[in-house]
Amino acid sequence: MTRKSVPAPILIFEKSRPGRIGCNVPHCDTPEVDWDSAISERRRELNLPEVAELDLIRHFTNLSHINYGIDTGFYPLGSCSMKYNPKINERTAGLAGFTHVHPMQPLETAQGFLAVIAEVQEILAEVTGFDAMTMQPVAGAHGEHTCLMMIKAYHQSQGEGEKRTVVLIPDSAHGTNPASAARCGYSVKSVRTGSDGNCDLSSLEAQLGEEVAAFMVTNPSTLGLFETNISRICEMVHRAGGQVFCDGANLNAMVGITRPGDQGFDCMHLNLHKTFTTPHGGGGPGCGAIGVKAHLEPFLPGPVIRRASDEFRVTSDESRENPDSRVQTPSDDVQGFQSSIVNRPSSIALEYDRPQSIGRVSTFWGQSLMAVRALTYLLAMGRQGLPEIARHAVLNANYVQARLKDWIPPANDRHCMHECVLTLERYKREFGVRALDFSKRLIDYGFHPPTNYFPLIVPECLMIEPTETESKETLDAFCYALIAVCGEAKDAPELLHDAPTSQVVGRLDETKAVKELDVRWRPAREPALT
Amino acid sequence: MAYIPHTDEDRREMLATIGVASIEELFGDIPADLRVKGDLAVPEALDEHRLLGRLFELSRRNKNCLTDLVCFLGAGIYDRYIPASVGAIISRGEFLTAYTPYQPELSQGYLQTIYEFQSMVAELYGMDLANASLYDGATAVAEAALMAHAITERAKVAVSEAVHPHYREVLKTYCRALAVEVVELPESEGKTFGLRRASAALASEDRTGESGAGAPQSIGMQNCACVIVQYPNFFGVIEDLAEARRAADEAGALLVVVADPTACALLKPPGEFGADIVVGEGQPLGIAMGFGGPALGLFATRTEHVRRIPGRIVGRTQDREGRTGYVMTLRTREQDIRREKATSNICTNEALMALAATVYLCALGKNGMRQVAESTVRNTQYAIRALTNLDARIGLSQPNPNQPERTRTNPNAPDRSPRLRFPGKVFGEFVLELPRDATEVRDALLAKGILAGLPLGPYYQGMENCLLVAVTETRTKAQIDRYAEALREVLS
Repeated sequence: MTRKSVPAPILIFEKSRPGRIGCNVPHCDTPEVDWDSAISERRRELNLPEVAELDLIRHFTNLSHINYGIDTGFYPLGSCSMKYNPKINERTAGLAGFTHVHPMQPLETAQGFLAVIAEVQEILAEVTGFDAMTMQPVAGAHGEHTCLMMIKAYHQSQGEGEKRTVVLIPDSAHGTNPASAARCGYSVKSVRTGSDGNCDLSSLEAQLGEEVAAFMVTNPSTLGLFETNISRICEMVHRAGGQVFCDGANLNAMVGITRPGDQGFDCMHLNLHKTFTTPHGGGGPGCGAIGVKAHLEPFLPGPVIRRASDEFRVTSDESRENPDSRVQTPSDDVQGFQSSIVNRPSSIALEYDRPQSIGRVSTFWGQSLMAVRALTYLLAMGRQGLPEIARHAVLNANYVQARLKDWIPPANDRHCMHECVLTLERYKREFGVRALDFSKRLIDYGFHPPTNYFPLIVPECLMIEPTETESKETLDAFCYALIAVCGEAKDAPELLHDAPTSQVVGRLDETKAVKELDVRWRPAREPALT
Repeated sequence: MAYIPHTDEDRREMLATIGVASIEELFGDIPADLRVKGDLAVPEALDEHRLLGRLFELSRRNKNCLTDLVCFLGAGIYDRYIPASVGAIISRGEFLTAYTPYQPELSQGYLQTIYEFQSMVAELYGMDLANASLYDGATAVAEAALMAHAITERAKVAVSEAVHPHYREVLKTYCRALAVEVVELPESEGKTFGLRRASAALASEDRTGESGAGAPQSIGMQNCACVIVQYPNFFGVIEDLAEARRAADEAGALLVVVADPTACALLKPPGEFGADIVVGEGQPLGIAMGFGGPALGLFATRTEHVRRIPGRIVGRTQDREGRTGYVMTLRTREQDIRREKATSNICTNEALMALAATVYLCALGKNGMRQVAESTVRNTQYAIRALTNLDARIGLSQPNPNQPERTRTNPNAPDRSPRLRFPGKVFGEFVLELPRDATEVRDALLAKGILAGLPLGPYYQGMENCLLVAVTETRTKAQIDRYAEALREVLS
C-alpha cells in the first residue's frame, strides 16, 4: 500500500505572515471613538493566523482530503446510522429565510420556523407513537438527559422523588445512558442480557423495586436485535412504579414498521442525525428530539411548540419566574400558517403556564436549521417512503451478516435488525489478531471500519450498520475485503498488526498523547539573548 | 427512490443469500400486535422540485435579517458578517458527512482543525486550553458550573442576574436534577461587580432561605462552588473581572466567566483576570443565526483542571514512525469509557460549527478580528448617541470634542427622549430606556422594517420600558440613522 500523497499537513499558524487577511471585512462608516473612554482595558496581543483567502481555502481543502466521510465511501459504523445525507437538505437549510432569522425575533416574523418545528414534531410523533414531542434537546445524550430529568420531575410530582434513586441499564447499553443517569443524581444498576440476546427477564425482575426510577432500553438493542419481550418488560417496570425510556439510536430499524410508543415506552429520544439524515458533521451538531406519553407532557422543557386543538401554540415555563401567569392571545397581525398534514389555517399563542416543566435545556429552540433538514427529508420520503428506510436497512444488515457468517459468526444466530454484531474471538484465539487490527486493515482496503469493542458484552466484536442507502455492490465489495482480511489474519497477521499503511499516518501513540499533553499551538518564544 | 439504490433484482439476490422469501420475514421477531397497521398518517412524498418549493415557501413566512429587517437584536445571537469561505469549507462532504473521529488515521483532517480550533479559543479567552466544543452557550455555562461543583465538592453555585436569562434557566434545569442550589447575585446599575459590594452580595443570598436566620456571612460565601459572571454581561456592560476574581477568592470559589468571543478580540481576556473556566456562545464566529441553532458552546480552562473537562479534547502525538498526527485524548473522562463516572454525558458535540469558527477565525485573523470588534464599538457608540439624542441629531457624524463619547443619563432631557439605562462602559450592546412600553415601541419599529432590540420587561422587573439594543459591525451609519429617525417618529 502506498501512503496518500498530500502535502505534509502543517498548522495554519505556521502559514501565517504578518499583514495578510483572508476576507473583506465590512467597512465601518461611523466616527472614530476615544478608546479609553469607550471601553475598558484592551488586550495587548492576539495570536490568530494571518493568511490570504486562497491560503485558507487550500489549507482546509487539503485537510478535507485526509478526512473520510459518507460522501467519500462506505461508513458502516454500528449504532451511528451513517446513511447518505441528501444534498437537497443543505439547499433548503441554506435559504436566507432560514439562515438569517434571529431566535428572539417577534414570533409573528418567524412563522415559517415555528411551522417547520411543529411539523417535524407532528410527523415524528406519528412515526414513534408518542403524544408530544420537543425539538429543544440538541443531541442524543442531551435528549436522554432531558427525558431522565422529566422522569425525575414526574416521580417528584407523585411524591416518590426521594425513594426512586436507581436507574436500570442493560449491560449492552451505550455509555451515554449511565452518564446521563449520573447527571440526574441517579445511581446505576445493570441488567443482564440473556443468551438469546434479549434482556434477561429474571435479572430485570430481581432488580425491580420501589427504588427504581426508570429502565433505559435501547430497542432494537445494541446487539442489533429486536427486544421481543419489550411489552412485557414495560409492564414489569410499570408494575414496579418505574418509567421506561427508549434510547432511539436504533430507530432506523423501526421506521414505519413498529412504534416505541405502542411497545409501551413512556418516553424516548431520537437522533435526527442518525435516522433522519441531518449531517453528523464530524461529531456534531446532533439533533435530539424527544417524544413522551401524555403523563410526562407537563414536564417537557419550555418553551414548547405544538398544535393545541386547531392552533399551534408556543408554551413556556416562564410562569416559574413570572408569578402572574397569563395567556397572551394571538394578536391580529399574527399571520396564520398551514400545515401540510391538516390543511387549515392556524395561529400561534403564547402560553405562560407550564408550572411543572423541568425548564429550558438549551439556549433557544434547539437545532432549528437541523429541523429544516429533517423536514426536508421526511417530506422527501413521505408516507410510502418512510417504511422503506427500515425495510432496506434491515435487508442490508442481514445480507452482510449472511455473506460473512462462514468467516465471522454473528454473536447471536438470529435475523438481525438494522445492524449485525459479529465476533472475531476465534481470530484472536488462533492467530492473535484483534478486532482493532481487523478495523485498521480495512482502512487499507478503502473502507471505514465498523464500530468495534461495542457492545461491551461481545468479545472482539464488530458492529456493522450498512444503512439502507448502500447498494449491493458496495456491500459485496466490503464483504470481499473483510473476507480477504480474514485470510490475511491466518497467513500474514503482520499486515493487520501494522495496518493501516495507506494513510498519511499509521497508528498513533495515544499514550504519548496523554503523557505529553499537547492540546494547543503556542507561538515559538523569542530565543533568549545570550 | 433516489436514496435507496435497490433494484428488484438486488432484492431477490439478497433475499436468496439470506435464505428468506421476503423482507417481511426478517421482521419476524416483532410481535404482530406491535406492527404498524397500514400507512402512517404523515404527508405524501414530494419530489425534489416541489420539495424545494414547499421549503422555500416556508422560509418566506419568516422575515429575514438580510433583506426584510435591519437587525439590532442580539441577546446572545448576533448578526455578524460571515465570510463566504466558511460555507465553502463546512459544506465539503469530507467534513459534513464524517462521524466523530474515533478512527484517527481516517480523520486527520478534522482532528487537525479541532486542534487549531482549541488553540484559537484558548488564545481568544487568554486561557491555557480549550475543549473541542459543547452544544451552546447555555449548556456550556451549566457544564462549567457542574465541573466547579465536582472540583470543589460544593453543592451551591452563584450566578449573576446580569447573565443571560436563558443561560440561567438552563443552569437551574441542570442543577435542579443534581440538587445543586443556584443563588443569584443581584445586578445594580447593570453591573454585578465593580461596585465593591461583591462580597456583600454573596453574603446576602440569605433570601433563598436555605442558610437560615443569623447564619454567619461566611457560610453563604464558603459554600459556593463558583461565581458565574458574563463579560460583557447581558446588558452589554463590561463587568469588572478583577473585582469578580477578588469576590470569588473571598468565597473560595472558582470564577466562571461567560465571555463573548468577539469582545475578547479587543478587551483584556478573562484569562488575564485569573478566570478558572471561560465559556461562551460561539455563534458570532461565523455561524448563521438560524433561529438559534445549531450554535456552538465554547469551553476553556486552566491546565490544572484538564482531567475534569467535559467533552472531547484533541491532542497532538506521533505514529510509530515519528510522523505527527492528532488523536482524541484524555479519553478516560468520557462517557463511552467511564460511563456513570464520566465528567459529562456529552457525546456528540458541535464539531461542524467548531470548524466554521476555525475557518472564520483564520479568515479574519488577528487584524480582521480586531477590526470587527472595533467597528462594533464604533457603531455602538454612534448608535447610543443617535438613539439618545433624537432631538439634536445634526452633526452626529462628527465627534464633538465638547461632549463625552458616551452619553450619560441627562436629567434635563425631556421625558420622551430615550436614555441610556446604565452608566457602565459597554461592548456591542446597551440598554435603552424608553418613555413608553418597550414591546409597543419594538412592534411599531418592526412595522418600519427595524428589528429594534429585545424588550427586557419579561426578564427583569421594572424594565418594562427598556430595550436591549445590539449593534454589530454589519450595521451602517445610514441604518442607525434610519433607526433613530423611526424611533423619533414612533415616540413623537
